[in-house]
Amino acid sequence: MDSVAAKIGWLALAAIGAICLGVIALHRGESINAIWLVAAALSVFTIGYRFYGRMIATHVLKLDPTRATPAQLRNDGLDYVPTDKWIVFGHHFAAIAGAGPLVGPVLAAQMGYLPGTLWILFGVVFAGAVQDFMILGLSLRRDGRSLGHMLRAELGNVAGVICMIGVLVLMMIVLAVLALVVVKALAISPWGTFTVACTIPIAILMGVYLRYLRPGRVLEVSIIGLVLLLLSIWGGGVVAADPAWAPYFTFSASQLAWLVIGYGFFASVLPVWLLLAPRDYLSTFLKIGTIALLAIAILFSAPYLQMPAVTKFVDGSGPVFAGNLFPFLFITIACGAVSGWHSIIASGTTPKLLANEREALMVGYGGMLVEAFVAIMALIAATALHPGIYFAMNSPAAAIGVDVQSAAAAISQWGFVVTPQDLLDTAKNIGETTILSRAGGAPTLAVGMAQLLHNIMPGEGMMAFWYHYAILFEALFILTTVDAGTRVGRFMIQELVGLAVPALQKTESWTGNLIATAFCVAIWGYFLYQGAVDPLGGINTLWPLFGIANQMLAAIALILSCVVVVKLKRERYLWVPALPACWLVICTLTAGWQKLFDPSPKLGFPAAAKKFADAIAENKITAPAKSIAEMQRIVFNNYLDAALTALFMLLVVAAVVFGVRTMLAARRLSRPSANEEPYVAIGASA
Amino acid sequence: MTVAVRDLRSFWQRAVRIGRQIIGVPDYENYLAHLRRHHPERALPSYAEFFNERQEARYKGGGGRCC
Repeated sequence: MDSVAAKIGWLALAAIGAICLGVIALHRGESINAIWLVAAALSVFTIGYRFYGRMIATHVLKLDPTRATPAQLRNDGLDYVPTDKWIVFGHHFAAIAGAGPLVGPVLAAQMGYLPGTLWILFGVVFAGAVQDFMILGLSLRRDGRSLGHMLRAELGNVAGVICMIGVLVLMMIVLAVLALVVVKALAISPWGTFTVACTIPIAILMGVYLRYLRPGRVLEVSIIGLVLLLLSIWGGGVVAADPAWAPYFTFSASQLAWLVIGYGFFASVLPVWLLLAPRDYLSTFLKIGTIALLAIAILFSAPYLQMPAVTKFVDGSGPVFAGNLFPFLFITIACGAVSGWHSIIASGTTPKLLANEREALMVGYGGMLVEAFVAIMALIAATALHPGIYFAMNSPAAAIGVDVQSAAAAISQWGFVVTPQDLLDTAKNIGETTILSRAGGAPTLAVGMAQLLHNIMPGEGMMAFWYHYAILFEALFILTTVDAGTRVGRFMIQELVGLAVPALQKTESWTGNLIATAFCVAIWGYFLYQGAVDPLGGINTLWPLFGIANQMLAAIALILSCVVVVKLKRERYLWVPALPACWLVICTLTAGWQKLFDPSPKLGFPAAAKKFADAIAENKITAPAKSIAEMQRIVFNNYLDAALTALFMLLVVAAVVFGVRTMLAARRLSRPSANEEPYVAIGASA
Repeated sequence: MTVAVRDLRSFWQRAVRIGRQIIGVPDYENYLAHLRRHHPERALPSYAEFFNERQEARYKGGGGRCC
């Protein structure tokens, strides 16, 4: 009886999901309410979790509730601790959710809300959640080992090295592109700059409090920090309105890039308790709180989506990023649909905390579904904006010019009618002087969030408050990522260089520390600066590189999953990881190929380099460059980006070759050959 | 009234325990229990010592965090 009722319930949910998707996909002309997207997402995710996720748990990973997890086998009260599944879920989600799912969907909104929505919904169910869940499952059976360790054990040392190089380069690109998001958001914005700058003394205050005044009282100090942050938003408004103070906090993009580079260096050599850790705590709580707030704002204000379902920019001519829907949509929305980064987290702390294998379904698969929901909310916030505003904020100056008249004219010509006054009014409402060419996702999301929150909590001047709140919220965890990532990069560099110069390997030595940190900051700082001065806006160049790298890592993680499935003699289910693995390999290689060989300078790196090199040969200055030296730099940077793209493609191809070879070898064996730890029943070890 | 205060206090303590674990600080009481049970010869660290040690350990080497 119960099961009949359950079946009817699931059928009803499937019907609701199908109707919502139908409405979203077939609706044309009049704008559509965002609630349809929310309902479609919730139904697809619930069905995906209940059926696909559970199928993977039962048949592909064969999770066993009687089998002891690493947390139980090695319980040391510190690293390996059996923990309540909801807490593991919170910890895992806080680690995977970052700026990625917020930025990608906003950029992809240039193609309309439909392509992004469909990719997020189906990408997460069949690719992203599968990857996170499977890697978590594999690590659970291997003492909670990392992705690199597992690759070495299952595919050999060379595959392990490939992964290490891939992760290091990806990390540098991530740091550069995220820092660029902050730079783009704060350029010529004294309010934002003041508020974000305040997070440094606030974090230091919190650090001292946590260390000396009330050691380890994390929650109370975070509440104090939050109050101070809100005060700093208010203070930013006062500073921005003050003609004497505002200039001290008004910086161009390239000045801010230098400031962030300097910040990254100092922050990552300071002791962690002083700046990094307290701000990380604050940003984690703020992140979870703000995501909940965004969900409430969308539900209560139920905005209409003003962006068309599909815009003409699916043909690759869009101003935000170049390239056709295939493959670039699937590169642009990485986090939120599928993200290689997560495989590092799913094989990091999380597997050392789970008390039961079956809980991996909720934490691994479920955690990624929630991240996808965050991506859907970001997409809603961006597409609920007037498209004219959206394109003004996200198009480079090369496409729309530098003043509101030229911007309004250019955007209206694309079919999104907007007046110069609209652009000025929007800037004024959010307490800024301009909204033009603020690509990078954060400002657009902030305007979208500000409008949603303003809908449910109206009030004079509140738009500006919410806008800067949203900017602060993103900058807070991006800057945390920048200094934590610089530390990780420094350790990796010390490890790598230490092979040749053993003296540099001592991570406690200040000389080794400073040299490796400077080196690490120089790498991502180079790309950041390049992005900040790039006339096409930087995001245009760096985001696809980041997307390709991130999807490359996801492909490697899924190839590992394929190999283990074959080694365990479960070939019947090989398609589960193989389907997304193939798709990502196709997407990354096609995108890489186009970035390398497309004759259009907008898309192909070498084509762009050639355009400027030819002009240099004729001694002609080509806009938007202003001097021959600037043009030479553009040429060099484009070749550098091309080389990186080629490297990523090479890594993907190598991973495929190693994976296929290992799978063929494993097939010839008559017994399972994966390197799992032996079975121990729960309770048998205690 | 006292019941309300007690409820509030236990709610806050629960929030503190959950909050700490979400940001990666393991449960202190649980660690003490572990030490008493398996390593009775070792001295018990104070919460401040425990917290500082865990904070350092968390950011050493690989930092689990996404873009």
